[in-house]
Amino acid sequence: MDNAILGRTFAEKALARATGVSDARVGDILDMTPDLIFSHDNSAAIRRIFEKIGAAKIAYPDRVAITLDHAVPAPTTEHAQNHAEIRAWVAQQGIKHFFEVGRGICHQVISEEALILPGETILGADSHSTHFGWLGAFGAGVGRTEMAALWATGQLWWRVPESMRITLNGRLQHGVTAKDITLRLIGDLGVDGGKYRSVEFTGDTVATLSLDERAVIPNMMAEFGAQNAYLPPDQRVFDYLEQRRTRDYTPLYPDADALYDEEITLDVAALEPQIALPHMPESVVNLSEALGQPVQQAFIGTCTNGRLEDLQAAADVLRGRKVRCRMIVIPASSQVLLEATRRGFIETLLEAGATISTPGCGPCMGNHMGIPAPNEVTISSANRNFRGRMGTPDASIYLASPYVVAASAIAGKIADPREYLS
Amino acid sequence: MSQHRVWVYGDNVNTDVIFPGKYTYTLKTPEDIAAHALEDLDSTFAANVKHGDVIVAGRNWGCGSSREQAVTALKYSGVYAIIAESFSGIYFRNCINQGILPIVCPQLNNLVPTGSSVTLDLENAQIVAEGQSFVISHLSPSVQAIIDTGGLVPMLHQRFAETAK
Ligand code: SF4
Repeated sequence: MDNAILGRTFAEKALARATGVSDARVGDILDMTPDLIFSHDNSAAIRRIFEKIGAAKIAYPDRVAITLDHAVPAPTTEHAQNHAEIRAWVAQQGIKHFFEVGRGICHQVISEEALILPGETILGADSHSTHFGWLGAFGAGVGRTEMAALWATGQLWWRVPESMRITLNGRLQHGVTAKDITLRLIGDLGVDGGKYRSVEFTGDTVATLSLDERAVIPNMMAEFGAQNAYLPPDQRVFDYLEQRRTRDYTPLYPDADALYDEEITLDVAALEPQIALPHMPESVVNLSEALGQPVQQAFIGTCTNGRLEDLQAAADVLRGRKVRCRMIVIPASSQVLLEATRRGFIETLLEAGATISTPGCGPCMGNHMGIPAPNEVTISSANRNFRGRMGTPDASIYLASPYVVAASAIAGKIADPREYLS
Repeated sequence: MSQHRVWVYGDNVNTDVIFPGKYTYTLKTPEDIAAHALEDLDSTFAANVKHGDVIVAGRNWGCGSSREQAVTALKYSGVYAIIAESFSGIYFRNCINQGILPIVCPQLNNLVPTGSSVTLDLENAQIVAEGQSFVISHLSPSVQAIIDTGGLVPMLHQRFAETAK
């Protein structure tokens, strides 16, 4: 087949744009200049690599964002010292997109601040940087060495990836969410289903999903092994950005005849709530197969499912009821917390017996604020359930939507939320 | 053009067998890391590998964890290049950033035995083995510059040292 006559994928178009060339194809190695680069609590470690490079200043401080989110407020003196080093660095380098303890999780904060826009490219020193596909940006994770190089030069070499296309058709039933779509895909194709490709979504389901739900899909494509993920942006995305953005943008869409090396279709209309069993995100079954498993802790939060609608889903299930196990709710950002407070969701959650903690990653990766005891079972709205992920190797983690987490908290065992939703 | 002795391995060799995860936080110097290269796949490798040797492998070399030590271990063992049918994406990136040449060449794996030799002719983008030649892709100049100076950090260090003069 003659490559010249084929259309281009989103990844090919976005990387050509980020490099300032008119065309790019799979396998090309480009020197691209991302529109935004970001890191978090790992910024002090990146600074130490940066110093080995010998550059005096960050090349484009206005294109750098840093959030303190992974262990906030600092749980130990070492964490506090790490944060202090990062603050000093931020001041020294004049980084203005700096977000303090409590502002929220990097992916959520950068989305709320509209620091990245459709068609743009964003690289983060965090594996869930695939997240920004929700608004039609090219988002990918890089290593610390690569982030140090990006600080120093603003550029990074990049190989244009192969692409896979996933078509989502149909409308989800009530009580079934984008999380369930994502879990089903990972369950069907495995944690390496993405094979480090650009995973590009299409189909009529996308337009039916709220923006909060859309973010779940590319976010958790990290657990699918994707390099980046992409949802076609529509008017809802443009409206969201309108009041927040500070520059113009041009959205990018793949051509209909672009070359995909794998195509998958999923009809979501018949989808049941899904759940990932310990200890792999691909150990996914229909919720009905896991009902009745006792749980000691329920956690709602993280960059995957800690947004306003996720707290609303939990509140809808918990309204007028009481939890039977301990329940931790951590909003993904201060804006989420504020809006959830205004709308009464926080009140409902507290009345039901849940507790609320500082916006940030919380217990997602086992730093603090919800580490399970040995042999305990947690049901979580997060993205990873690897052994030891929450800090305790012989504890178990089940992954599901906020509806399922909230229903399970009421029952004290894994339960179907549709029993509680009118 | 340069001649290299080869070590041949199969498909889906993961980073755990290239550099065991249990050493990730305890071994720090590149030499110590190299002493455990391929320990769980080929216990003869670390003791016998010579400077300039190359690895020939099948599909998906370097899959699994993204740990950079799985490249460091081979680089400081003296491995000059890894020639594979395909690479895991992150491993491919790590190779270049650490200054070791990743070459995609699907034909070599079932052709050459361990201990034989291959000729790399990077200028003409080809590999010669067993009397046959195989085309490989050119690297971009920026990536070639990284390899030539031994990795991303040394390359940038050199660049910034020059501009400071
Ligand atoms: S919430 Fe969890 S997955 Fe998301 S950025 Fe924080 S630690 Fe990573």
